[in-house]
Amino acid sequence: MKNTVKQIVLLFLKNSIRMLSLLFAVSIISFALVSVSPIDPVQQYIMGIGPVSEEQRAEIEAYWGLDRPPVARYIRWLSALFRGDFGTSLLYRRPVTEIILERFQNSLVLMLCAWGVSGIIGFSLGCVMGMNQGKWQDRLFRKLCYFLSSVPTFWLGLVFLLLFSVRLGWFPVGFSTPIGMRNSEVRIWQRLHHLALPAFTLSLMSFSDIALHTRQKMIDVMNSAYVLFARARGEFGWTLFVRHGLRNTLLPALTLQFASFAELFGGSVLAENVFSYPGLGSAVSAAGLHSDVPLLLGITLFSTLFVCIGNMTANLLYGVIDPKIREAQS
Amino acid sequence: MDNKQNPPILEVDNLSISFQMYDGRFDQKALQIISELNIKIYAGEILAIAGSSGSGKSLLASAILGILPNNATVTGKMCYNGQMLTPKLQKRLRGTEIALVPQSVDFLDPLMQVGTQADGHKKPFPTQKRRRFFQRFGLPSGIEKCYPFQLSGGMARRVLVSTALIADAQLIIADEPTPGMGLEQALDTLKMFREMADDKKAVILITHDIDLAFAVADRIAVFYAGTIVETANAHDFQIGPVALRHPYSKALWRALPQNEFESIAGVQPYAGNLPKGCLFAPRCKCKTPRCMQESPPLRMLRGGEVRCFCAK
Repeated sequence: MKNTVKQIVLLFLKNSIRMLSLLFAVSIISFALVSVSPIDPVQQYIMGIGPVSEEQRAEIEAYWGLDRPPVARYIRWLSALFRGDFGTSLLYRRPVTEIILERFQNSLVLMLCAWGVSGIIGFSLGCVMGMNQGKWQDRLFRKLCYFLSSVPTFWLGLVFLLLFSVRLGWFPVGFSTPIGMRNSEVRIWQRLHHLALPAFTLSLMSFSDIALHTRQKMIDVMNSAYVLFARARGEFGWTLFVRHGLRNTLLPALTLQFASFAELFGGSVLAENVFSYPGLGSAVSAAGLHSDVPLLLGITLFSTLFVCIGNMTANLLYGVIDPKIREAQS
Repeated sequence: MDNKQNPPILEVDNLSISFQMYDGRFDQKALQIISELNIKIYAGEILAIAGSSGSGKSLLASAILGILPNNATVTGKMCYNGQMLTPKLQKRLRGTEIALVPQSVDFLDPLMQVGTQADGHKKPFPTQKRRRFFQRFGLPSGIEKCYPFQLSGGMARRVLVSTALIADAQLIIADEPTPGMGLEQALDTLKMFREMADDKKAVILITHDIDLAFAVADRIAVFYAGTIVETANAHDFQIGPVALRHPYSKALWRALPQNEFESIAGVQPYAGNLPKGCLFAPRCKCKTPRCMQESPPLRMLRGGEVRCFCAK
């Protein structure tokens, strides 16, 4: 047991180093991309404060260090990052860290709901399909999965918006809180009410992957030698599912689910824009459209971290659940 | 065989198994794997079913246990202790009266500890009883917390055999229990089966290893192209072709390295491409026009059973 804990700590450290080096690489690439892009941060800044003369413009450039070579600018940016200074958003005129943290809270709730719902529904449907291979349940749900995985998220979001919000009026059309209310006055159920439709849309996007994957894995397990032996010993139905099916399909499903953080984040950008939901996803598209370089770079790094944590969790979980992998890593 | 007055514990009569396969996009065809197979097994004996690998012997085990895939069609009759072996009865007997001892560690769930797995799913768990068997087989006490991949081949074998003993099954079907084992391990395993048979249990030993079948079995059933062509006392195989009945059994005996090491021409017919009449006729030296037309019925001959018109 003590050994296992030691292994997991070691694994954690190894993954952390890998994650830090990845973050470093992402920071270089994204900085380089912004440097060569036609975005002019000074122009964006000036647009916010009104007309300025050429001299004033040059002064601003010198003040920001834009007259220096890109490598020097990168090092300056990086050292500021280490001090926790991500700069100030040109669009919102507030520190980038503040915006990210505030927006991320909204996004996190949205993504966690969608992630949990899609994981549970996807895995359960996958199990039902796999255990009933070729029967009507399998055929019906498989068609549903193919349909949902070929429909774009934003289109599905628009359809839901039209149907449930506009036609039926069950859900609000947008935002995370009722319009014209102070943040402190908003009740929890009001937040949930605003959350429901975007979260549902987002979960529909990713659940077919996990369902189809679990189905295939379950079919493989049910055709395996150890299930044949279990059946020869009198196991069937629910017992067989719990003792062997669940055990052997859960691990790959969990890994897939944690590794889906990237798609989840990508999906949230679309869903948040369709539902005008004030999360990180809508902030990143606003930053991109309005050339808000500090915010864009900040969110890029932050989302890298988010996706990395998902993948790392998947790796660590593998180690905890699968004894074979635990042994191989030591 | 002094106990032949008792009814057989298992009697398989005219068993055929075929599979529905898609031939092209829409055409379905039946692929016959086992044809008109007959065996009888009595308490206290080991019956070896010997035949080449991949000829469908394992399906026989699945058919007796009633765990064939859904696309299989079974005809014929099976009786267990004089009772018709219906799917309902099979369900009741699986893992209690009839036990399977499978081939290898692959038959253990890779994610379940060996002890829990050997205990099975029936409550109360027979943990104490299982520990006694593990001890008797010389499995160290720590092994119950191990996962299958941590076991050696021999250990896995002993775990698998112990599952049959824990269940206290009356009929044990061992499917290829020795490949991949050293001679010593193989003999050790066979000794366990011998002990079970001496304990008034019936053991069916499915194997492609003829030498092994000679060494341990009381009777040997020779499996060819999905049917049993001859059932003989193990002693007949020690004497050789004079005592044997079916041309294939004789050829099999001659093909052994310690005998003439001489193989006959041709190969076993594949399922879906079975000849009309006697299944062995295309390769048989003493075939008659009748052999090519009719399938020979099973008949008693010199204390054994044979499926051949010409055997004397």
